[in-house]
Amino acid sequence: MSIPRDNLLRAYRQMKTIREFEERVHAEIMNGQIAGFTHLYTGQEANAVGVCEHLDAADTIISTHRGHGHCIAKGADVIGMMKELFGSSEGLCKGKGGSMHVADMEKGILGANGIVAGGPPISVGAALAARIRKNGRVAVSFSGDGSVNQGTCFEAMNLAVVLKVPAVFVIENNYYSEHTNIRYAVGCKDLKARTEGFGFPVFVADGADFFSVHEAAGKAIEHARAGNGPAGVFAETGRFHGHFVGDPQTYRAEGELDRLRKDSCCLKRFRARMQDTGEVSLASLDEIDTEVLALIEDAVAAAKGAARPLPEQVAQDVYIQYGTTGG
Amino acid sequence: MPQKSMRDAINEALHQAMAEDDSVFVIGEDVAGCNGSEGEVGSVGGVFGVTAGLYHAFGPDRCIDTPISESAIVGAAAGAALVGMRPVAEIMFADFIGVCMDQIVNQMGKFRYMFGGKSRCPAVIRFAAGGGFSAASQHSQSMYQVMTAFPGLKVVIPSNAYDAKGLLLQAIRDDDPVLFFEPKVLYQEACEVPDAMYTIPFGEAAFVREGDDVTVVAFGQMVGKAAAAIDALEADGISCDLIDPRSSSPLDADAIIESVEATGRLVVVDESPPRCGLTADIAALAADRAFHALKAPVKQVCAPHSPTPFSPELEAAYIPSTDRIIATIRQVLKT
Repeated sequence: MSIPRDNLLRAYRQMKTIREFEERVHAEIMNGQIAGFTHLYTGQEANAVGVCEHLDAADTIISTHRGHGHCIAKGADVIGMMKELFGSSEGLCKGKGGSMHVADMEKGILGANGIVAGGPPISVGAALAARIRKNGRVAVSFSGDGSVNQGTCFEAMNLAVVLKVPAVFVIENNYYSEHTNIRYAVGCKDLKARTEGFGFPVFVADGADFFSVHEAAGKAIEHARAGNGPAGVFAETGRFHGHFVGDPQTYRAEGELDRLRKDSCCLKRFRARMQDTGEVSLASLDEIDTEVLALIEDAVAAAKGAARPLPEQVAQDVYIQYGTTGG
Repeated sequence: MPQKSMRDAINEALHQAMAEDDSVFVIGEDVAGCNGSEGEVGSVGGVFGVTAGLYHAFGPDRCIDTPISESAIVGAAAGAALVGMRPVAEIMFADFIGVCMDQIVNQMGKFRYMFGGKSRCPAVIRFAAGGGFSAASQHSQSMYQVMTAFPGLKVVIPSNAYDAKGLLLQAIRDDDPVLFFEPKVLYQEACEVPDAMYTIPFGEAAFVREGDDVTVVAFGQMVGKAAAAIDALEADGISCDLIDPRSSSPLDADAIIESVEATGRLVVVDESPPRCGLTADIAALAADRAFHALKAPVKQVCAPHSPTPFSPELEAAYIPSTDRIIATIRQVLKT
């Protein structure tokens, strides 16, 4: 499948934006500028972008605790996101959500989600709405290898098949459920086969390769959008950081992180392919790199200068309308 | 005016809401019934018959049977609501909140806040709640007292058929997520219910009885028992306010406080166990806002700190009785 040049440039820009966003967030956390628990997506960028390149604003995604990449890939405003991570009232969620709850309904982002496998049931609901309304939308849930052992994930996959809704389950296997390897945590030998046992096709991708994810996701999304019920994407990937920022990563093999950054970097792979095929010049990618770095710089400067929330905002936005005499 | 049972009143509200707004649909276990079997699809209408006829009236896209997957049911309702639908999900028994708590509390109830006020989730989750059926420990809990503790959710407990219809129509039109607890022992209880659609706002208590001596606050199936207690005391010249808050979140605190300031005595009645429940909550409210008006200690009439028993004799001892309410009202009048 050939991808138009503009789309290639956009995909590279998105992956690069996610990478630089995450690496800068890491630095700002280490500098004590960002509070709370943060889970970085560095290394997995091709998954979010390879999927979201097939979606438009009316389609929905729901994400995970490791959600920055999915939100950027689906079109979230990078500056609003950075402000949110800094806890500003100008953030995408007014500083109420932070890293684990970035959302933008207008962009079809039903939220990052702090509960492992919290998202798939909700995504099935969005897909059910699409089926009832017959509007051709699809609902994508991203989750990780940790999610596939949660009951909510099983319930959501089964319900999606039973109701034949256009739900796409994207499982990013980064091999570690927090600090425990999938070899220990998944009891069966073949996770793809186990997932297919629910009754929908699962398309496998190399999560370090944008083109591989793009192809697999294209098949899954086409299957769901055509009214054939749910589909899955199964991508093997690697996170370049720990489960959270500050994770000592005692589970890593010697040299594992170096190998990941060297061999499983989607940006390097993308550039190598462009060098081979000439579809896009490396100079144009260099140009994007410069622009992305400037954008992230602007985002951090804006976040540092953005308004702080006021104490009187603490209990705002709980309800749309609540009783006036609530005790 | 026609007499209708609470079950029929809720069923009528669902029919009318679905006819009025095509974004309303019901989803849950056996809400249609018989899917995939030899029997006639739609012939069940929920284990208590509350959704009877909806499948035939509105079809499979709007009366949706699910597997036994409570988390997926709540999640599906929450997700559909986030993208503009108005789902009414049924969780067969309130006790099953135990298996879908995350989707209710961490997801549906928190979207709006976590997302900075930029989302709306107009989902209703209906539950059959409370004791009285000898249904034992896992099918008898009220649970609304637990869910009242969670910000972001509205919690509604009708005590009669009239209120059930008006409150459910309000719940469906409401833009926030609503948990709707139907005291299952009241499904057959009938009262006058208009055919037309009407709504009852949340946070507005009903004064079921008006009197001077004691304020009685009761929820759900306890409202009828408290009314019977108050009526029995009338012969002794004792008169009481009986307040049915109808929703515990939001709570009509002002109505309770105004009454306590007038009577100086408060008895709070609920069928839930006592700790961290609605009775303790309202007792604390009175201590905070009406302390100087109180002439006697606030008394709570509720279940013991125990799971619900099976045996009918034990359940009768467990659920607050009219006699216990009478005795407690007499007790606070002695002080």
